[in-house]
Amino acid sequence: MTSINWPPADKRKLIGKRIDRVDGPKKSSGAAKYSLDINRPEMLYGKILGSPIARGMLKSLDTSKAEALAGVEAIHVMKKVGDPINWAGEEIVALAATTEEIATEAIKLIKAEYDRTPPQMDDTDPAKGEGQKRERTDGMPDQGFKDAAFTSEGRYGAACITHCCLEPHGQVSAWTESGMKVWPSTQSVSGVAAQLTAASKLDASKIEVDCQNMGGGFGSKFGPGAVGAVGVELSKKAKRPVKLLLERDMELEIAGNRPSAYADIKVACDKEGKVTAWDSKSWGSSGVGNWGAPPLPYVFQFANRSTSSQGIKVNRGPVQAWRAPGHPQRCLITMSALEDLAAKAGVDALEFYLKNLDAAPENLRSTYAEELEIAAKLIDYKAKAHKRGDTTTGPIKRGLGISLHTWGGAGHASACNVTINPDGSVAVNIGTQDLGVGTRTCLGIVVGETLGLPLEAIEVNIGRNSYPADGASGGSTTIGGISSSSRRAAVAALDQLLKKVADELKITPDKLEAADGKIREVEHPDKSISWKDACKLLGQNSITEQGKHTAGPRTELTNSGVGGVQIADVSVDIETGIVKMNEIVAVQDCGLIIDLKTAESQVYGALIMGVTYALFEEAIYDPQTGRMLNPDMEFYRLAGLSDVGKLRVHMMTGDKYESRGVIGLGEPPVITPGAAISNAVANAIGVRVPTIPLTADRVLKALHSGGVA
Amino acid sequence: MNSFEYASPNSLDAAIGLLDAKFGETEILAGGTDLVTCLKQNLVAPKRLVSLKGIPSLKGIDISGDKATIGAMTSLVDVLENKTLAKEFPALTQAIEAIGSPQILSMGTIAGDLCQRPRCWYYRQGFGLLGQEDGKSLIPEGDNRYHAIFGNAGPAYFVNPSAVAPPLIALGATLEITGPKSKTRQVPVAEFFRTPATADERENVLAANEVITKIVIPIRGMSNGTYEIRQRQGLDWPLVSASVAYGGKDGTKPEIVLGHVAPIPWRVPEAAAHLVKFAAIDVAASKAAEAAIKGAKPLSKNAYKVQLAQTAVKRAILAASGAKV
Repeated sequence: MTSINWPPADKRKLIGKRIDRVDGPKKSSGAAKYSLDINRPEMLYGKILGSPIARGMLKSLDTSKAEALAGVEAIHVMKKVGDPINWAGEEIVALAATTEEIATEAIKLIKAEYDRTPPQMDDTDPAKGEGQKRERTDGMPDQGFKDAAFTSEGRYGAACITHCCLEPHGQVSAWTESGMKVWPSTQSVSGVAAQLTAASKLDASKIEVDCQNMGGGFGSKFGPGAVGAVGVELSKKAKRPVKLLLERDMELEIAGNRPSAYADIKVACDKEGKVTAWDSKSWGSSGVGNWGAPPLPYVFQFANRSTSSQGIKVNRGPVQAWRAPGHPQRCLITMSALEDLAAKAGVDALEFYLKNLDAAPENLRSTYAEELEIAAKLIDYKAKAHKRGDTTTGPIKRGLGISLHTWGGAGHASACNVTINPDGSVAVNIGTQDLGVGTRTCLGIVVGETLGLPLEAIEVNIGRNSYPADGASGGSTTIGGISSSSRRAAVAALDQLLKKVADELKITPDKLEAADGKIREVEHPDKSISWKDACKLLGQNSITEQGKHTAGPRTELTNSGVGGVQIADVSVDIETGIVKMNEIVAVQDCGLIIDLKTAESQVYGALIMGVTYALFEEAIYDPQTGRMLNPDMEFYRLAGLSDVGKLRVHMMTGDKYESRGVIGLGEPPVITPGAAISNAVANAIGVRVPTIPLTADRVLKALHSGGVA
Repeated sequence: MNSFEYASPNSLDAAIGLLDAKFGETEILAGGTDLVTCLKQNLVAPKRLVSLKGIPSLKGIDISGDKATIGAMTSLVDVLENKTLAKEFPALTQAIEAIGSPQILSMGTIAGDLCQRPRCWYYRQGFGLLGQEDGKSLIPEGDNRYHAIFGNAGPAYFVNPSAVAPPLIALGATLEITGPKSKTRQVPVAEFFRTPATADERENVLAANEVITKIVIPIRGMSNGTYEIRQRQGLDWPLVSASVAYGGKDGTKPEIVLGHVAPIPWRVPEAAAHLVKFAAIDVAASKAAEAAIKGAKPLSKNAYKVQLAQTAVKRAILAASGAKV
């Protein structure tokens, strides 16, 4: 029996190496097809009429003119007269027509009248909180504040942002002879069908799902949602395939956003800089839904702490999980408050974090200490660090900011089939999805490594719900799930093959191993037969074995709980308030790395997304009409290459980390850039800019209240 | 987008003949970088588009004697890459370079840049050119962080979006405009823009059946430059820009023009007066910058733009002088 455990470092041929993603050329050449690229014979184009009002009621609806327009093949009413409206863009009617142009024209022919109520849009004022106030006290915060040498108070927060998926939400839906086939943009290939049974009136087993490539979800594409369901409804009515994916404005208005979070923080420390007490009053909004207050403080569980929180309801589109839900906000609020306290106490920020590490989770303390040291070295912290406020002359002020974060990242439940064919070919079939992060590549690496074959020898099939079910890709759970299930499947299949070879060689299978494209004797590596010859022994029968990973914080192959540290270096023009990134260094632990290159890419992507929400991103709503004012990509700004500065990624490797097993990486590195960059700006200009994004207006306003100017 | 008729005439007279005397009936298509978006968002819904792409005489750059003539349909990148223009009019080429998008530089035309519609998000979201609902402007009590700080007594609060208008005004450029019966008139760029009083009016004096044919810039050897402040380094609209020209040997008055601060490019002659005679350019720049923001009346959320305007003026003057900014 081959051991399930990951091979030791000196035996690894593929795992942990820097390997190009297998679908890179297809994606960069445009050969990779996304949902928007799928076209079917007789296909119709769907469009949705969104509500122009943010709050009120649908008073009347007349679709007769749209129905009468030649080329309109199906109309589906999504809101009845009398239904309440809770945000602008809320879906009223969907229709499908033979061309996009006709569909757009038909939407304009729909007559809808509304009763308007003034919307509530402001989530920055804690006085607007409603509903239950959650309060909690641990230890003796009052005593902690009394004993303190330094106390710092401040307001911090992060405005509402959207997911701004470059590939919009939606799908192509088509009826087939046996049921229905859909091509969704999804984070959950194996989970879509069950969520379309109501709209299709079909059993999930009759719904075929196909998603080979995926252009961004970030937590907002776990299900088909109303948009996917209405595509199915239209296709059912018209008995023709329907392509319905949101346009940019609706994508930004209704396809999900990240809740805002604000807090008034009071935090104190002793003369040396050890925190003695924490108090936070937080608020924020998840639109009209209940606000799940992000727990504070983050990473550091100070012994004496009191917290309270209360949500605010506002009339904006629905929230969706946004990459590491709650963590970026918690991190920003906590690390900002801590560096403000460090500045007040006159303690260097790096030293301050090190001093307080005993309040961090025990299993991560040494990780953070090592990572802080590496990050400091990489950015040349000692040479560049200065006290709060760059005192050099001229309008450009430079500063450094630190932040640290944590995440779970345990693998999700996963099943995977590995087939070894008599001709030597190997196929991996699994109902997972590749969100662009390298899942396909990693499956090939794990199975190739296990079978002693090169990556190219493994055919990886994903993206279809006819394959064994895999969990949704969210919460950094994919790599743990798929590496474990595919390893188990490959080991089981290999053991079957080794048995055949052992019979042939008249030895026991435990004397055999797969390596370098051969099956060989462990003790006598020169005694071997080629992989192909070994597979010929299968006669006419392929081997298919299934591997299963059961979700849980720890298995012999996987683990959870990572720490990461980032340090940002920024320049701020104090005459314009414009922040420019010089560099950001990310040091990250994620256990055993399957592909170092795609892991690093994952972190690069997170840094770019982090710079974007730190400096630019904000969903802006008109306070009077409740309409989103920037549902476009000119004022809903994303960072371009010239905005991100130098990005440096260091992955923690070595036995201490690798022996823990595989842990997810999608969320952790995106948690902390907001805090690190905000801290760097404060270090540069000598005053805190309370909320992100750190736009010119906010930076100048902060400077007017103090700082180096 | 509604269905419309597309006309691509190959002469100026034919083009003008295809244009209606009333706005709303026809629109002129130059590079299309703005108009196509406006069509898609239903901000304009003409019955006919008249493309000027097939008229060769509208393209090209001619520099002779004391003036440069740029055809209206000349692409922004062609202006940018002309070495003489870059040498004589850095204010213009710096402004174009700052547009930052290779796509817009390649497709966009210099006259199209002058005629593009405001980026005001209330306008773009369908509340009309003046951002009104039920006859009342949404802007004073709305999110006006990018709106006007000058010339904003109402009803227009948007800012003029043109990149090339401030430098062209600073450089004393004139437009040649041709209308029906080949009637041609010269309009200084400084007099081209106006603040509309109703949502049906346009933001400039071009009649619905007139075409800008060329832009003439006098070569006067003036120090000139543009400084733009924008949130992103990459493609972005400026928060504020400033163009200056001074030091003309023929006695031409200095000029300072602010962009993105008012419904029209905003000239600040009192500020420019500091550049007539001065001892040290940095002192003059600071004085001019201070004078430039006198009279600014920020709305509820855009006071920061006043400081940006001051900074932009100071830095544009320093850029024009060749000093390091």
